Amino acid sequence: MFLYNLTLQKATAITHAIHGNFSGDKLQEIVISRGKCIELLRPDPNTGKVHTLLSVEIFGIIRSLVAFRLTGGTKDYIIVGSDSGRLVVLEYMPVKNIFEKVHQETFGKSGCRRIVPGQYLAVDPKGRAGMIAAIEKQKLVFIFHRSPEVKLTISSPLEAHKSNTLVYHMVAVDVDYSNPMFACLEIDYEDADADPTGEAAQKTQQTLTFYELDLGLNHVVRKYSEPLEEHANFLVSVPGGRDGPSGVLICSENYLTYKNLGDQMDIRCPIPRRRNDLDDPERGMIFVCSATHKTKSMFFFLAQTEQGDIFKITLDTVGEVVTAIKLKYFDTVPVATAMCVLKTGFLFVACEFGNHYLYQIAHLGDDDDELEFSSEMPLEEGDTFFFAPRSLRNLVLVDELESLSPILSAKVADLAGEDTPQFYMACGRGPRSSMRVLRHGLEVSEMAVSELPGNPDAVWTVKKKSDDKYDAYIIVSFVNATLVLSIGETVEEVTDSGFLGTTPTLCCASFADNGLVQIFPEGIRHIWASGRVRDWKAPGKTHIVRCAVNQRQVVIALTGGELVYFEMNKDGKLHDYEKTQRMSSDVVCMALPNVPAGEQRSWFLAIGLADNTVRIISLDPSDCLSSRSMQVLPVCAESLCIVEMGCAERDQEDAASASTTTSLYLNIGLQNGALLRAVLDPVSGNLTDTRTRYLGLRPVKLFRIRMQNSEAVLAMTSRSWLSYYYQSRFYLTPLSYESLEYASGFSSEQCPEGIVAISTNTLRILALEKLGAVFNQVSFPLEYTPRQFVVHPETSNILILETEHNAYTEETKKQRRQQMAEEMREAAGEEEQELAREMADAFLNEDLPENIFSAPKAGHGMWASTVRLMDPVMGVTHQQHRLVQNEAAMSIALVKFHNSVDTWYLIVGVAKDLQLNPRQCSQGFLDTYRLDPHCRNIELLHRTPVDEVPYAVCAYNGRLLAGVGRMLRMYDMGKKKLLRKCENKHIPNLIVSIQAMGKRIYVADVQESVYMVRYKRAENQLIIFADDTHPRWITCTSVLDYETVATADKFGNISIVRLPPNISDDVDEDPTGNKSLWDRGLLNGASQKADTVATFHVGETVTSLQKTTLIPPGGWESLVYTTISGSVGVFVPFTSHEDHDFFQHLEMHMRSENAPLCGRDHLSFRSYYFPVKNVIDGDLCEQYNSMEPAKQKSLAIDLERTPAEVSKKLEDIRRRYAF
Amino acid sequence: MNPMGDRYNIYSQLEHLQSKCIGTGHADTTKFEWMVNQHRDSCSSYLGHPDLLNYFAIAENESKARIKFNLMEKMLQPCGPPPDKPDDN
Repeated sequence: MFLYNLTLQKATAITHAIHGNFSGDKLQEIVISRGKCIELLRPDPNTGKVHTLLSVEIFGIIRSLVAFRLTGGTKDYIIVGSDSGRLVVLEYMPVKNIFEKVHQETFGKSGCRRIVPGQYLAVDPKGRAGMIAAIEKQKLVFIFHRSPEVKLTISSPLEAHKSNTLVYHMVAVDVDYSNPMFACLEIDYEDADADPTGEAAQKTQQTLTFYELDLGLNHVVRKYSEPLEEHANFLVSVPGGRDGPSGVLICSENYLTYKNLGDQMDIRCPIPRRRNDLDDPERGMIFVCSATHKTKSMFFFLAQTEQGDIFKITLDTVGEVVTAIKLKYFDTVPVATAMCVLKTGFLFVACEFGNHYLYQIAHLGDDDDELEFSSEMPLEEGDTFFFAPRSLRNLVLVDELESLSPILSAKVADLAGEDTPQFYMACGRGPRSSMRVLRHGLEVSEMAVSELPGNPDAVWTVKKKSDDKYDAYIIVSFVNATLVLSIGETVEEVTDSGFLGTTPTLCCASFADNGLVQIFPEGIRHIWASGRVRDWKAPGKTHIVRCAVNQRQVVIALTGGELVYFEMNKDGKLHDYEKTQRMSSDVVCMALPNVPAGEQRSWFLAIGLADNTVRIISLDPSDCLSSRSMQVLPVCAESLCIVEMGCAERDQEDAASASTTTSLYLNIGLQNGALLRAVLDPVSGNLTDTRTRYLGLRPVKLFRIRMQNSEAVLAMTSRSWLSYYYQSRFYLTPLSYESLEYASGFSSEQCPEGIVAISTNTLRILALEKLGAVFNQVSFPLEYTPRQFVVHPETSNILILETEHNAYTEETKKQRRQQMAEEMREAAGEEEQELAREMADAFLNEDLPENIFSAPKAGHGMWASTVRLMDPVMGVTHQQHRLVQNEAAMSIALVKFHNSVDTWYLIVGVAKDLQLNPRQCSQGFLDTYRLDPHCRNIELLHRTPVDEVPYAVCAYNGRLLAGVGRMLRMYDMGKKKLLRKCENKHIPNLIVSIQAMGKRIYVADVQESVYMVRYKRAENQLIIFADDTHPRWITCTSVLDYETVATADKFGNISIVRLPPNISDDVDEDPTGNKSLWDRGLLNGASQKADTVATFHVGETVTSLQKTTLIPPGGWESLVYTTISGSVGVFVPFTSHEDHDFFQHLEMHMRSENAPLCGRDHLSFRSYYFPVKNVIDGDLCEQYNSMEPAKQKSLAIDLERTPAEVSKKLEDIRRRYAF
Repeated sequence: MNPMGDRYNIYSQLEHLQSKCIGTGHADTTKFEWMVNQHRDSCSSYLGHPDLLNYFAIAENESKARIKFNLMEKMLQPCGPPPDKPDDN
């Protein structure tokens, strides 16, 4: 078995975010890391929308990112610290839209190791030097120079190692132009390691150490080290030189401290706490991330706490000396991993889990009534400030970036009864959890819908002047009339436009000389810019049946198949070209490309004829209307469209000017619902590289529109599709919208790139904002972290298990609130009674949404769970069954027991008072619920106590299999509880997943991979007949066939394990006759071993695996996986040896020609934990399309193919299985 | 290479390796030392791989920064205080 790995959707979680002027113009951009992808985002300052400019997978793990600028430069570089053991400096090239590797310095082994630098990065604010550090010991300093050709050069590294020292965080201190200085939070473990009493470890203090790079001596010295009072988790650098006092802010548990080199006093301020918080009062509070904003006149910091509260931090200074830290509650947003304040007044918040946000900073919180806390305020030791969280006051939400991360469980199924399956994903953590339904397609936002007096046939938009930015008229054609609407603030009917209203229209367009043209069956009307109208009448009894128009040319087909050609001459008159041409059969459709910039005409016309052909006709005056080339079609064409797109296909001459090359594509919509796309040679008119795709049931109509400043094709059949070119890749994506009949591009001030379309008797204006997205999603909120869900097969409802550690149930929360209110009342003195009562009431009525303000943290061993019955299509919750405090629901299964075959029972495995580390619980339960036939409610029948955590349950031949700790047990239904039938004690640690197929049971252990088990009926025993030879920390498994199991582990590997053909599972019959085969075992395991047939490192923890068909009907099966980081991918099998051979060679060449961006070796990344086996990485292969054309060409020659063939192969394999 | 110096070499190479790479074992490595190194290596790996950090953050329902902080704190003494060493003399 050979497999091909494809990512359908890249990771959506953000691990790092930095901002800077990466493209070199004034606009600030954001570079984010998504684990193994690096992405460039640009927030549009006018609309506030965040656009993705570039996304590159690096086949490595990004551990740190930092932006820096050389002194006097205007452009920021990016330094990436990754697991490659290399320092990589990237530069963004806006013209080519790529990241270019400027430097790559190797310093250590690859991998996320303890002493290999990469975890921390800091760059001197003046861009003179950078430090890269490991968690332990090693620190390297690189000096940046600017060579005479204004190129960045890097010195060889200087070492600043200190052994036995752990680094918590590192920043560069702003020292203006003195020697560059770096501050590290360190701890030395040497004493702790040597002291058996444990006293030294208790006493070990964290230190703040300054490292100075002496530029004169080219040497790094450990300048100064100072012990800190409490352990800190991160540092913030304070602007220095002319901008501020320099120094660092130390963020530690409960305190914020300002420290500077020299004899300046430390300034210390407690982190304010929420008033009347439900959190465990013993908990400390830490800041999780910060952002600095600096202008010429001032600076401030925004720092976010674990609860999501952002504080604005300012420093009071007298001269160079800081006298006070001031903290002011700013606003509360979901907890972030990184924040960026942009110069344009935006705050980008990359959330830990769930969607990311862009806020506009409306106020700086300078002059409001919010309390300001200062380090100068007198406080008792251990005392702190209190504030009251409230809804947003200073920030305004402007954009939201959807993120699936973390996906905890997913299923692909067609529960909604559409013809293609949907992805059902349980996403998120805590109160921000959601059930998301993903459908393949582009999200359409409906800008306007208006009813028309009848059912129109067609719609167009025209501009008044050819260089106008926006369209002026919408023309709607009916069976016997034409309606003209003008576009302004509103859309209104007009009669003075010059268009003939008493006839249906075939086509209309705006001309290059600012005139308009209308073609109707009886003739052509040319409306001049002055308002003058000139008509051309169809000769005799003929009339126009088909036409094609662009800015300068008009071609019409008259009844009888005669072609007439008009061209605009120099005076702006429509000039009738003398010769006409009679075609051999009826003209079905025709299309003209747009006139290329700077030219007088386009040179080709495409015509679809009734004899199942498409012909390319020359419009060159020398051989006008002669046929150039022909394409035979399987069925008759319905519509044609010629567009200029992309730069995927080029010839040798223009390879150098790659980024600006585009080519002409002829799109042919067929009457059987297929779309053909061929490359039209701009010189000879030949058609090459034809690709076919089936789109829908009805004949395909094509429309040319504009998207992202280039042309795109809208194809309409039973569904609407958009074919467009985006970030050097072609997309053909369905629109998630009802079916449309006719459309045209639309551009107005409110909607610069929209579509106007008709559907029955309505006119709709639509916009497509999320180009490049594969899925559109609907999201339904949940209460706690969803762990697992099952689908009720008869009603398609789902049953979700939501379980949260460190949380209170609703009931406990209410009690806690009551209790606290009571305390408030009691604590008040005589005269304050009234006030206290009011406060207590206010506290009880206070309702801050937990999805923003976060849920109270209850402490370890506190659990809250619910079981929810939900209709995933409508998002309606039918019932929510809450478990009591500290009962953690762990596993769920639907079972039909053999003694009551028509009733579904829901089995939920529950652990009481579960502790995570070390794992122990006071008791476990298997709860049995009866499900009503409509799956609307569940009713508890009985609880079966068990002694350990039931992590996995599964139905098996009318019985229940449960994994209770390490015990595999079989239960049958009883009156008072489930009845234990038999048990197997030979699974080593903890059963995390049980799957059953036929007679076999596949049991996954938490760290020892999969065990194959059979039930021995005669002796009522569960017998392990085979196991795996590798340790795997399984997260999920999927049975592919009777012999084969796919497994995924915590470290991001997917492996496929198969039983060899000679394995015997006939446990009822012992071939040895003396009971030895099943009891004896081999190498401390089962007597028979499974083989590994495929292994692959995905790079993200995989949380679900499913074998399914993504493209119905009769599509091919693939293995779909989802990850915690929010990516969705598939493994697809190769069907022919030839394909496998081709891709193997392509992958090999790509590895050497297109080495990963951040210096990690591709092969070693994919073999991170186990050597990659029998899986070809399609993500690497698909980078072929974004390589430089010259490289593409040379690589294709090595493969003995053309670049077009290679990219067609890539497209074919993707399309056959997925999207 | 000089065959006479081989014996010497192995020792000096080993010594070099031990000083360069923390955790390189030697003949007298105790179980505890080995364990401490294992734990510190594991913690570093958890800190380096974002999805492992996410995994812990979801399981424990704590912020990622808190998980990182806890892991760093744990690295000081991951397996508790060292056992009493019997006197060699």
